[in-house]
Amino acid sequence: MAVRIAEEWLHSCSGCEIAILNIGEPLVELLSALEFVHIPVLMDHKYYGQTGEGKVLDIPEADVGIVSGGVANEEHLEVLEEMRKKCKILIALGTCATHGGLPALMNNWDVGEAHKQIYQTVTTDACTVPDQKVPKPLDRVYALDEKVKIDLMIPGCPPNSQHIAGAILALLHGEEVKLPTKSVCDTCPTVRKGKGDVKKVRRFLENAAYIAEEPIDKMRCLLEQGFMCMGPVTLAGCAKRGAPSCIIARVPCRGCFGPVRKGGNQMLDMMNALASNGIDFKSVIDRKNLLRFSGAHGLIKQQRPTE
Amino acid sequence: MGKVLTIQPVTRIEGHASIAIELDDNGNVKDTKLHLMSLRGFEKFIEGRPAEEVPRIVNRICGICPWMHHLASVKAVDACFGVTPTPAGHKLRELCQVMAHINDKILHFFFLAAPDFVIGPDSDYAVRNVIGIVKAAPELAQQVVKMRQLGQMMLERFAGKAIHPIAGVTGGFAKPMTEPERVGLLRDTQTLLDFAVYALDFAKNNVFNKYLDVISKLGTITTGFLGTVDDNGALRIYDGKLRLMQPTGEYVDFPCSEYTDYLAEHVEPWAYAKMPYAKSWQEGFSMDLDQPKGIYRSNTLARINVCDHIATPKAQAALEEFRAKFGRPAQFTLLYHWARLIELVYACERTIELLQDKSITDPNIRAKVEPKAGRGVGCVEAPRGSLIHDYTTDDNGCIVSANLIVGTTHNIAPMNMSVKQAATMLIKDGVYDQGMLNKVEMAVRAYDP
Repeated sequence: MAVRIAEEWLHSCSGCEIAILNIGEPLVELLSALEFVHIPVLMDHKYYGQTGEGKVLDIPEADVGIVSGGVANEEHLEVLEEMRKKCKILIALGTCATHGGLPALMNNWDVGEAHKQIYQTVTTDACTVPDQKVPKPLDRVYALDEKVKIDLMIPGCPPNSQHIAGAILALLHGEEVKLPTKSVCDTCPTVRKGKGDVKKVRRFLENAAYIAEEPIDKMRCLLEQGFMCMGPVTLAGCAKRGAPSCIIARVPCRGCFGPVRKGGNQMLDMMNALASNGIDFKSVIDRKNLLRFSGAHGLIKQQRPTE
Repeated sequence: MGKVLTIQPVTRIEGHASIAIELDDNGNVKDTKLHLMSLRGFEKFIEGRPAEEVPRIVNRICGICPWMHHLASVKAVDACFGVTPTPAGHKLRELCQVMAHINDKILHFFFLAAPDFVIGPDSDYAVRNVIGIVKAAPELAQQVVKMRQLGQMMLERFAGKAIHPIAGVTGGFAKPMTEPERVGLLRDTQTLLDFAVYALDFAKNNVFNKYLDVISKLGTITTGFLGTVDDNGALRIYDGKLRLMQPTGEYVDFPCSEYTDYLAEHVEPWAYAKMPYAKSWQEGFSMDLDQPKGIYRSNTLARINVCDHIATPKAQAALEEFRAKFGRPAQFTLLYHWARLIELVYACERTIELLQDKSITDPNIRAKVEPKAGRGVGCVEAPRGSLIHDYTTDDNGCIVSANLIVGTTHNIAPMNMSVKQAATMLIKDGVYDQGMLNKVEMAVRAYDP
């Protein structure tokens, strides 16, 4: 019998769903062993019945549930709780779901005040923040496991398509799901010479030094070139072509798979990593930005109002 | 007693929306609303960030069109810092922009929209989707999946990431293109162009001509249009000037940096998304079907309408055929799909043009950059419409304030109007069914929100 799958997206951008599609041709084969019962991006199952007469939000029962995005409003919470109730195994897909992701940067502000300002930009007509028939915001952005039990975390912004396919295949065959546990640096082939003479980290305002015709394993480590690179504290998984994907573009890592240390704090861990290499951590211009992918779980806290 | 029909969630679109159709005592449509349910607040939380980091933050606004946010953002940062990208940096950015349009159009037409036509608008919802197409037309499905994957992997191979890109940087681009990369991408784009031409023919024969009656009625409204053209009036999707066309066909051109003189955003209390409108027409904002005020549309049909011509031959031939049939500006909402496939052909042809020019491999890809205080507006054509990023920076080059007008939002008011038009036409005397409600959604889907 086919494995039944339900998929939902919450406080998200649809990049995770595109990553599912980017499984590519193997997806077509996988589809024969799967039965999607609910996936709003691709199919027309409705919460309140197909002609909308139901009174309660209903998602069909499924063997595996996949949820992308964090939880930021009442509708997200209702959908997530329904998914938990109806799915035997619940997967948090993508860094928004596992760690809050970029939208959790909002946790730095009072959500009501921030929303007011968003409706006061230069081109916006005088108005109040919409509050009719739209879901009410929660006090902050949450990762899924702050609200319900999650059985499997597949982080990444976007997540690696091969991890998604691998996890579904393993679940199909009743096998253990294997995901990376090392750091981005552990999967990075750039040349490291050990402690260098870098005293400060630089902003990425000029390109790295490298020879374009030479492979990545001839390029000097970007951190050793003096650029802020979060490889040491970030979970591996983005490498698909022999190097982490940002490094393939010759660009430093910003931590999009979340902390390598379970429950770790990417900002503090990075500060420690810099300090232990004799680099002045005060040279990092916007430290809070180092939590840009993992600000849920209370890590990014609301700042005091400045008035 | 009247009742409210709820379509929730609106499906096969990107994002969270629901439709409420309010019926009167006789079961006829009294009012409709398209509720946009989500607000993440990028305009707020990029405050304080170093501006050069922002292009790799705002790409997360949309996982379907991250390249467009990425590139509108690098342009805005360039303008804040007063830097002009090197010629090769500029070319590499445009290349990625047009390549990303290719995948987007294949995705929208075949994965999201086509099930309504290929499986049928009234068919069972359980098969009216891309999985249904895989079963009903396996060869077509295999080809479509293969072509979309090819496009995605071309971007990933060259630029590291296809989703949430990082290779565009203020001053230009982070890595040059090598000659073997150029040759490989050129070969693959030729394959994509062949597919694009096939896709347009397939859709003309199996969708557009077959459903011409539906196309001429469903969701049809009369509005103005907004898009980007070059100095010769040719279609552009990476740079150029904005062209705002009235329903009559008259238009005005302006540089994107002056957008606040022409556009404003209206807010309804029942939708988080703002509704841009043409402030410069000085008639205010109204979604009244008979007398709309300030309403224009963006996205494929808009760009095809505002341009005088397309500078690549196959797309130009397709435009001429389209225009001979539907005039300029064409108003039928479902023609968005036809226009989308014309743009697919253009995007492939333009990618080939860019790759045939060997100067794209020039290693001088990034100009010198100094962070400083300034204001910058960056604009590109996202698949869903003209995308505007407007930043102000402080002396340290960090963001002080930001204003974004995102492609989809231009069409929020028109989508509301199309929903109302479709629902009113379809639902009479309290009679409605799943097929009718799906057709109301088809009026939304045409806009690819």
